Amino acid sequence: MSLRIPCPTCGDRSVHEFVHGEIRRVPDHLTDPDERDLDFAFHHDNEEGIVTERWFHALGCRRWFEIRRDTRTDRIVEPEES
Amino acid sequence: MNEFVERQMKLTWRPPKKSYDVAIVGAGGHGLATAYYLATRHGITNVAVFERGYIGGGNSGRNTTIIRANYGIPAAVRFYQRSVDLYRGLEQETDRWLMHQQKGILWMAHSEAAVRAERMRAKLNTEFGAETEFVEPRQVRELCPQLDIEGGGRWPVLGASYHPQGATARHDRVVWALAEGAMQRGAHVHQNTPVEGLILDGERVAGVRTAAGDVAAGAVVSAVGGHVSRIAAMAGLRLPIRTHRLQAFVTNHYRQQFGPIVASSELFFYASQTARGEMLLGAEIDPQPSFSYRSSHDFVQDVCRRALHLLPFMANLRVLRQWTGVCDMSPDYSPIMGRTGVPGFYITTGWGTWGFKAIPAGGEQMAELIASGETPELIAPFGLDRFARDRTMADRGSAGTH
Repeated sequence: MSLRIPCPTCGDRSVHEFVHGEIRRVPDHLTDPDERDLDFAFHHDNEEGIVTERWFHALGCRRWFEIRRDTRTDRIVEPEES
Repeated sequence: MNEFVERQMKLTWRPPKKSYDVAIVGAGGHGLATAYYLATRHGITNVAVFERGYIGGGNSGRNTTIIRANYGIPAAVRFYQRSVDLYRGLEQETDRWLMHQQKGILWMAHSEAAVRAERMRAKLNTEFGAETEFVEPRQVRELCPQLDIEGGGRWPVLGASYHPQGATARHDRVVWALAEGAMQRGAHVHQNTPVEGLILDGERVAGVRTAAGDVAAGAVVSAVGGHVSRIAAMAGLRLPIRTHRLQAFVTNHYRQQFGPIVASSELFFYASQTARGEMLLGAEIDPQPSFSYRSSHDFVQDVCRRALHLLPFMANLRVLRQWTGVCDMSPDYSPIMGRTGVPGFYITTGWGTWGFKAIPAGGEQMAELIASGETPELIAPFGLDRFARDRTMADRGSAGTH
């Protein structure tokens, strides 16, 4: 079974209908503007664990929404789970 | 590692020492090749390779074993050609049968734009040392009679670039031979010994913290595949890496001999025949980052649908096995090798979907860097600092599939 993404408008749909969007965050401890630019342009958290990410339902309602997913297992984390 | 291998290979397991000249994290192809070339080319044998699982159990055991040098930028063509050359001599050098087989690779074009791209690839490859020629559909048919040159009517083969030095080898034999060669000369390999942290001495990385205790080292090399961001974070580094899943599968035995490796950038798949006669198919990475080894039925369905345009005989085969590896993707689809800016800490990563073919050259060049202290010319363009210097090595066109 492939990954299914819960679209708040359309319900659970195959991952192939979506475009993945990463939420980029430059760490606060970087203060030098050049370092911040470099980090924003190229670096990634590449987190092994639960990440908050955006998905665009390209072949559906064409809306962006946020979900949380565990990158170690691809499990979608329900909003009520902390 | 299974009993058969333990009996066949001269592997000597020793307990970890308190300190080494070089500590390598990750006993996959790249880590072991670095240890092997440090020992054979530079006489540096006070080396330990730490592995959280067993040797070759990560991406070295999850790839599609393709060896080729027909890349899209001069620096990459030179580097991968070095690897192709080293692979050709590796059986003799290690005195182990690696099932290395030169079969040639055909990269098909189904549109005028792709014909131009393949003509350009052939010219560029040949210019920089990787023999490649553009071949017409008639020659494609001679090289691979099983291909449907009409592409089912929708994907006609208008030509292809042909890289005769394209080859495959048995992935686990390669890592075992490198491990054996390094261990026989005195290097240590520690399986089931995850690196849990790095020992920092001021700015400098001075060793590794492992499940078996702290180990001091003059140089620490991360040759990790799939979890490199975590290792780099231990040295306070953020990397231009995202980790994605890549799947592949094999069919049951195909009775005819299928000669070359075939690939299509427009249909996003490639195929070759294994030594057991299975058809081995691979494609693109999954678009979202993930560390999960889970495979999906969608993948098989999708790749079969595309592959059947060119390989209609596959309709009569059955899928036998499917697997997944996790690939460290760099933003420019080129590897990252060399110093990191943190003293004592070296990195070889960004091996994305093209790590297996680079094992010998990657190991050789990293070993030379560590031994001599100078970054060899062949890998100088692939340093981590290229992103800050605005010198990215964009090569997606040739690296995107395998």
